Amino acid sequence: MSPQVAGQIELFLQVVIAGVLLGGLYALIGLGMSLIMGVMRIINLAHGELMMVAMYITFWGFTLWKVDPYVSLLAVLPVMFLLGVAIQKFLISPVMATDTILPENQVLLTVGVGMVLSNLALIFFSANYRSVPVSYASKTIYWDVAVGGQTISLSFNFPFLVAFGIALLLGGALFLFLSRTDTGRMIRATAQDKRAAALMGINTERITVITFGLGAALVGAAGTLLAPVYYLYPQIGHPFTPKAFIITVLGGMGNVAGAVVGGLVLGLAESLGSVYVSLGYKDALGFVIFVLVLIFMPNGLLGKSKA
Amino acid sequence: MPKKLLFLLPLVLVAVLPLFWTNPYVLHMLILCMMWSVLGQSWNLLGGYTGQVSFGHAAFFGIGAYSAALLVNGQGIPPARAWLGLGLGGVTAVLLAVFIGWVCFRLRGPYFALSVMALSEVLHLIAINWKDVTNGAEGVLFIPAFNDKKYYYWIVLALAVTNFVCIKYVMKSKLGLYFLAIREDQDAAESLGINTTVYKLASLLISAFFTGVAGAFYFNYMGFIDPGIVFDTAKISVMMILVTMLGGAATLAGPAVGAVLYILVSEILRAWLGQGHLVFFGVLIIVIILFFPNGIVGTWKDRQARKAKGAAAAGVTTTGGGA
Repeated sequence: MSPQVAGQIELFLQVVIAGVLLGGLYALIGLGMSLIMGVMRIINLAHGELMMVAMYITFWGFTLWKVDPYVSLLAVLPVMFLLGVAIQKFLISPVMATDTILPENQVLLTVGVGMVLSNLALIFFSANYRSVPVSYASKTIYWDVAVGGQTISLSFNFPFLVAFGIALLLGGALFLFLSRTDTGRMIRATAQDKRAAALMGINTERITVITFGLGAALVGAAGTLLAPVYYLYPQIGHPFTPKAFIITVLGGMGNVAGAVVGGLVLGLAESLGSVYVSLGYKDALGFVIFVLVLIFMPNGLLGKSKA
Repeated sequence: MPKKLLFLLPLVLVAVLPLFWTNPYVLHMLILCMMWSVLGQSWNLLGGYTGQVSFGHAAFFGIGAYSAALLVNGQGIPPARAWLGLGLGGVTAVLLAVFIGWVCFRLRGPYFALSVMALSEVLHLIAINWKDVTNGAEGVLFIPAFNDKKYYYWIVLALAVTNFVCIKYVMKSKLGLYFLAIREDQDAAESLGINTTVYKLASLLISAFFTGVAGAFYFNYMGFIDPGIVFDTAKISVMMILVTMLGGAATLAGPAVGAVLYILVSEILRAWLGQGHLVFFGVLIIVIILFFPNGIVGTWKDRQARKAKGAAAAGVTTTGGGA
């Protein structure tokens, strides 16, 4: 095998690795959205902004008290859960209960919440780009593989690798929670048929609030894991909200395993697209996939109806 | 006849206003109010009356603005004739709307809203990346045709009046009744023999046309656009919804009232807070949705109706009630 071919293979594999690792983070963002949108039929356009809030918590924890981002996860999860609970309980639930001309009022409400969050960050933390300069930010693990007489060297970015692992853990925990615990079963019952669930004695209002909190906590975790490898600024959430929709729709509404698949597909599409198609258009790729999937595969790539 | 003349009186007053009040800042504010009233009214036709909420109207605004811009740039047309762009902006927006409608009307409710937003974001990315045509993120600059703002004032006034009369007429016609029927229950409308796809598209085309013309006007008036200004979801698409909701969705006067309030509040807050003033629009959106879901005009109408009909009318809105 010639060195050129080996170089091409190396590039391709490297791009795939980057895509999969990014996909792990996307999966976490998508899991939160999948719970909120797929399970509770609430369209949350403040999803990216919730992630931004978690990133700032991580940033200030590190800057003020030298808290390692992965340790700050212990604080971020409950704080984001409570924030999500508050948003659902005091804002979204009352709106869903009122009758108006436009049923999309609830969606617009989350736009308002997102604007408030990002502009409060702008007022208090300024528009400066910030980063969490951990010592291991650019630490990389190399793996040499011999292919056809040539050595291919593949690199794995350490923070991305850890993020991928934690994302898998949280995804697994969520799956167990939904399938094994009483609260998880109540969430699934409410998702299947809200009225029937209420007749079975489930407090669906409370379940909706809890689910939104869980979704916020998951996207918060994604923000914390992203903090060491990304810079942050008040508007950072903006591009991540559509990504969350794309992932959820790809995976199928409310399908937990599907959200992971959707995250990986989007990560791969962006990573491959930026190298082989064009860097500028890589985000357009996601939107196009989104519209196509909505129209031709409304149940997502896995094709199963919702769980 | 006297009633019609009464309607014309304030219009004449508004039209002659710039002859007496020449303060350019005031005129600028009034021009923006009228432009936003056109944008709100256009969104209102599709979102408020027809019930097809779009989160991506920036696509039509942006393509209208860029059509006008490319006409000036590419063809070397002298600035005074740049107003051709107004018509062109409307036409390209309509062509785009045919495509977007063809794709997105397969979806309903929030999924329609999101898919239009996705396509609008794609256009935003194209405008940034297709540098040969759009000049990329640097935007397009052009020296406005008139130095005096009053000409722009009259042009946008004519646009706003045309837009208002046109939508008022549409909503009084059979077409308008079809739109309302589709909003109230699409399946029922379909079962009564209304071709919902055709009429939803009709509503979208009218809405897109005026949005495109307003976009072209924006370019000609401001003399500068870039993709981040005209294709922005938060600053154009969402604000079009806010303007409509503020005044009252599915009311004729609502978008105009909303536009005036929006421009006033936005100027005061910008001067007071600088960056981050959008936080108040966020709060405003939340407050309106929670407490005045039918907007200022809608709530006022509800109250009038309740007073007139007494207790019997309680719970029934003049605009057709809940979905």
